[in-house]
Amino acid sequence: MSETLEALQEDIAAGRLQTDELVLNMGPQHPSTHGVLRLELVLDGEAVVKVIPHLGYLHRCFEKHAEAMTYPQVIPYTDRMDYLAAMNNNHGYALAVERLMGIEVPERVEYIRIIMAELQRIASHLVAIGTFGMDIGAFTPFLYCFRDREYILDIFERTCGARLLYNYMWVGGLSHDVHDGFEKDVAEFIRKFRPTIKEVNDLLNYNKIFIERTANVGVLPPDVAISYGCSGPMLRGSGVDFDLRRDDPYSIYDRFDWEVCVGKGDAGTVGDCWDRHMVRVWEMEQSCNIIEQALESFPEGDITEAIPKRIRPPKGEIYTRVENPRGELGYYVISDGSQNPFRVKARGPSFVNLSVIDEISRGHLIADIVAILGSVDIVLGEVDR
Amino acid sequence: MEHKEIFDHLTALFPETGLEFDEDVPCIVVPPAAIRDVSLQVRDDEMLQFDFLMCLSGVDNADGTLGVVYHLHSVPLGHKLTLKVIVPADNPHLQSVERVWRTADWHEREAYDLVGMVFDGHRDLRRILNPYDWEGHPLRKDYEVPEFYNGMKVPY
Amino acid sequence: MGLLDKQFDDGNIVLTSVEGVLNWARLCSLWQMSFGLACCAIEMMAASASHNDIMRFGVLPRPSPRQCDVMIVAGTVTLKMATRVKRLYEQMAEPRYVVSMGSCSNCGGPYWEHGYHVLKGVDRVVPVDVYVPGCPPRPEALLEGWMRLQEKVRDFSLVKKNNGTA
Ligand code: SF4
Repeated sequence: MSETLEALQEDIAAGRLQTDELVLNMGPQHPSTHGVLRLELVLDGEAVVKVIPHLGYLHRCFEKHAEAMTYPQVIPYTDRMDYLAAMNNNHGYALAVERLMGIEVPERVEYIRIIMAELQRIASHLVAIGTFGMDIGAFTPFLYCFRDREYILDIFERTCGARLLYNYMWVGGLSHDVHDGFEKDVAEFIRKFRPTIKEVNDLLNYNKIFIERTANVGVLPPDVAISYGCSGPMLRGSGVDFDLRRDDPYSIYDRFDWEVCVGKGDAGTVGDCWDRHMVRVWEMEQSCNIIEQALESFPEGDITEAIPKRIRPPKGEIYTRVENPRGELGYYVISDGSQNPFRVKARGPSFVNLSVIDEISRGHLIADIVAILGSVDIVLGEVDR
Repeated sequence: MEHKEIFDHLTALFPETGLEFDEDVPCIVVPPAAIRDVSLQVRDDEMLQFDFLMCLSGVDNADGTLGVVYHLHSVPLGHKLTLKVIVPADNPHLQSVERVWRTADWHEREAYDLVGMVFDGHRDLRRILNPYDWEGHPLRKDYEVPEFYNGMKVPY
Repeated sequence: MGLLDKQFDDGNIVLTSVEGVLNWARLCSLWQMSFGLACCAIEMMAASASHNDIMRFGVLPRPSPRQCDVMIVAGTVTLKMATRVKRLYEQMAEPRYVVSMGSCSNCGGPYWEHGYHVLKGVDRVVPVDVYVPGCPPRPEALLEGWMRLQEKVRDFSLVKKNNGTA
């Protein structure tokens, strides 16, 4: 047996020593796979040669349910797809059916929807940031993030009675009008929340250990990102300036003044884990801007007037997409003229974003897989549907 | 570019293939054996540049045919396109576009898993959501839920 | 230890049964397997974060089933996952408890009718001690469920044979 590393490497090169790849199983019960994802890692020593994801541990048959339900009954199931961003999921589905039926929703509804969607985006990013910190080994930011998320959930709860899954945005309107003092609550929240972003920056984002763990790890070049269909912070982290809220505007996003955040590679290479993470942090600030502007011109009105009595879209089909906190959430709805959808296909952003993991993990160490997976920010409910 | 213009452009390039234009949706219906070439063309054509496959859905049309729908978007040019392929349910073979857009890999596996069309040329066509030993394709309209799976009762 | 606080200054003796002490010690440090399945897991996380702080019950999330007393099944158990849940349960050391959190793991929840790939209730594969209803249950509901579990532990006997509980 050889004594030194060099001698060992020589032996391997000369074929005197046999080496083999190691297969390691990660998940479905693993604290940092964010749910029930199973990764099969093929390793060479500690370096990753290949990652084979196995999905479907949370396949809850969304599309089958959608075919068996009437149009409004599908909305609660959309909640349960991406349970961290239920409002945005409702929004996408409601928009799809409204476009099929040609419904115009009242001004006030649009404003409430935007405010809710942006609050939800902040809440979802807070979870992503907190759990990402936890994966890297920083527990405290998680507590800070969840503290502020609770304030958002309180606002939602006062308006619609639920903390997590709301069934709030209906086809043509909303289930309830907002509660009295909603505007004050939201303004108060924004005022309290802005300093948190700085806190998180100080605690986590510019922490040397954190940067060492995430910069230059899992670099995703822009052309690969597009070919894999990545979207949301994944795509923007790679420096592609693309946001559906601006580039394929829906609802009333075109009325507000805000910026699309892209990764610039401040800590390392453009498209690394740190960039993806920072895009989320910056986006929270932009969401605050949008909400503030929406509050300034918040109109009065009736929110129920456009809700149709019978929801039976005419024969046809439509593909609608909205910008969910994780990226492009698409609904492909086919109507055959009856009261049940003929087919609903949901294009989950996490499902698509996750497919790139093999490409960006190769050559990294096992510990980096945890960082990469955390920065992709998947929600298994939507990966598996 | 609008769908009609794209259709005219493509028929000029593929006169033999038999592309059809569906006014209602609107979309371009492509024969199953040509989808790979058409996809490569729309991706690489200077005027089209559809580099982003938004969504690939499998549909059971309930009339003995299955459909695959491709929703495309071009990031540089900002226009959209819908392609459709119709295959018979008893011989659901079509070409895979997995090497054209890498994202199609998982989408095609999903369509195979849930609706059951076979993508020829896909390098790794396995089930993706259901367990590997699952039987049947749940999104077929005539699908029957099994009574037991692995000794566990399935219906309520 | 509220009852005994600052009551006995100099080295007194307290008489109680072995069972009483053991159970008291156990119910104050039930370790939980950190293992979330679906939407309910987010509420479970919220229960362990700052507002609800489940750690004051002595709950420590542990990643390995070998070190845990309680498994909270938080979310939808699918058929693909069911065998894994069973395996995890089997790996836990006895005495072990299962809390079923949310309608999905109680009975299939919203997926009971058309969910061809959803297990209609985790009690079809592992025995459940406490059911927490809700979709999702609020963190407070989980805390209540936890207190019910503590009651159950209090009445349990590690010493006597055949005390009826598995
Ligand atoms: S009970 Fe409701 S909230 Fe909990 S996992 Fe099931 S669907 Fe999600």
